[in-house]
Amino acid sequence: MYNQTEIIKDTTDLGPEGELVINMGPQHPATHGVLHLVVTLNGETIKKIEPHLGYIHRSIEKMCESLTYRQFIYVTSRMDYLSSHINNLGCALLIEKGMQIEVPERAKYIRVILSELTRIASHELWLGAMAMDLGAFTPFFYTFREREMITEIMEETCGARLTMNYIVPGGVMYDIHPNFQKKVKAFIKQFKEKVTEFEDLVTNNVIFQSRTKGIGILSAEDAISFGCTGPVARASGVRCDIRKLYPYDVYDKVEFDEVIETAGDSFARYIVRVKEMNQSIRIIEQLIDSIPEGDFVGKTKNVLKLPKGEFYTRVETARGEFGVFIVSEGGTNPYRIKFRSPGFSNLSALNHMAAGSKIGDLMATMGTLDLVIPDIDR
Amino acid sequence: MSNEEIKEIISSTLPSATYDETGEWLNVIIDSKDWEKIAAECRNGALQMDFLFCLTCIDWKTHLTMVYHLTSTKHRHNIVVKANLDPAIAEIKSVCAIWRTAEFHEREVFEMFGVKFLNHPDLRKLILEDDFKGFPLRKDFEDPINMIKL
Repeated sequence: MYNQTEIIKDTTDLGPEGELVINMGPQHPATHGVLHLVVTLNGETIKKIEPHLGYIHRSIEKMCESLTYRQFIYVTSRMDYLSSHINNLGCALLIEKGMQIEVPERAKYIRVILSELTRIASHELWLGAMAMDLGAFTPFFYTFREREMITEIMEETCGARLTMNYIVPGGVMYDIHPNFQKKVKAFIKQFKEKVTEFEDLVTNNVIFQSRTKGIGILSAEDAISFGCTGPVARASGVRCDIRKLYPYDVYDKVEFDEVIETAGDSFARYIVRVKEMNQSIRIIEQLIDSIPEGDFVGKTKNVLKLPKGEFYTRVETARGEFGVFIVSEGGTNPYRIKFRSPGFSNLSALNHMAAGSKIGDLMATMGTLDLVIPDIDR
Repeated sequence: MSNEEIKEIISSTLPSATYDETGEWLNVIIDSKDWEKIAAECRNGALQMDFLFCLTCIDWKTHLTMVYHLTSTKHRHNIVVKANLDPAIAEIKSVCAIWRTAEFHEREVFEMFGVKFLNHPDLRKLILEDDFKGFPLRKDFEDPINMIKL
C-alpha cells in the first residue's frame, strides 16, 4: 500500500530474486502527459501496475456546476483535447435533447464532417506518437504532414487549431469558410495517395509487427467488464460504436463499416485505428458535396434552462464512448454533471493487460491504449 | 426487453424495489443494503447487464444518491439503479467483483463524495492528494483559495 505522493523505494533485501519498484512518470516521454505508473517488476517481468492520477486534475465537474449551459461546453474542449470537437458535440446534443431544440440539416452535416476530420487528426497524431514510442521516428513526420492540413481547415472555419469551441446548442457558431469544401477535398485526395506510405513504413514493418503482435492481449469479456470502449474494445471483437448503435446527427444516413478485429492484441488495436481513418474518409466523401443550404444554427433562447430531470447522451470520440450525465433542477446551470471519459475506463484495464509481460512491451500496450491524460484526470 | 419485463424480473428478486419511468431509461430505486443482491441478479440473471458504463453519485444536501448506469451488450437494454445513502454514514457494497470497471470509478466516488465501498480491494484516493481534506463534489465543500464562483 503506497501513498499517492510518496516516491517508492525498493526496500526489499532479496537480491536478484526480489521485487523492483519503478516509478514510470509523471515525466516520462512515453506517457504523453503527466501519468504516473508505479510498476512492480520481478526481473524484467511486470507483476503489477498501479496508475497514480491527478497531476492535471482541474475538477471540471465541480467547475461546470457554476457555469451556464452555454458556457460549460467550452470547458469540455480541455478534457480530451484531441477530440475536443466531439466532446463539444456530446454536450450540445444533451442540451438539444433536453430542451427539444431543432437543429438545421446544414449544421448536422457540418458537425459530422468536422467530427470525422477530428477523428482522423487524432488517429494521425496517435499513429506518429505510438510509432515513436516504439523507436520509429520517421512516421511522426509523415502523419503530421496530413494532420497539418486538417488543423488548417479547422483554423479557417472554427478559428482555432486545437480547442475548436465551434459547436453551440442548436447548431454551429458560424457558417463554414467558403474554401472549406475545396480544402477538404484536397485533403481527401492527398490522404488517399499517402495512406499507403503508412502501410509500407509501419504496418508491414517486421520489427513493428514482432513488437506488437500478441502483446497486451485483452479478451472480449474483459474489455466489457473493464468498461473499455472505442478502438480498444473493437480490437477485442466487441461491437461498441455509438455511431452505429445509437446514431446521432446524420450518422444514420451515411454508409460506413464498424471496424472489428478479434485478436485483441496491440497490433489489432493499431489496425482498427488505421482502418477507421479510411472509414472516416468514406463518411466525409458522402457528405461533403451535399451539405444542404439553409441556416447553420437553430432558434434558441438567450438563456437556456434545462427542464428538471436527469439526462444522458453518449458520442463516439476518437477514444471511445464519451458520456455526459446532467442532473438538472430546472435552473440555468447544471446541479450535478458527470463526464464518463473513455480514457479513464480504458486505463483501468492496463494492469490486467500488461501484467506478466516484459517491461519493454509496456510501451506497445500503453501506446495502443491511446491515453490522453487530461481526459482521464478531468 | 421491455421495461415491464425488466420490472418483473427485478421485482421477483426484490419486491421492495420501486420504479421511475419519467426519464429516458427505467430507473430502479433500491435500498442500499440490497445492492449486492440486485447487482448479481442484473449481471448473471436473465437481464445480462454486463456493461457498467457510468457510476457516479449525486449530493442532494439531505442525502447522497448512488447512480449506476447499466446496459447489456447482448440485449441492448439500459437501466439506471439508484440507492440513497445517509451522508454521515455513507456506506455501500462494492461491485468490483462483478464489473471490474467499478474499481476505478468507486475510488473516484470515494474521494470526491466520501462514500465508503465495503469489500473494495484497494480503497485509496486516486486523483486527489493523500492529505486532501474534505469531499470536493459535495455541495457543502468550500475551498477559500481555488473556488471559482460566477
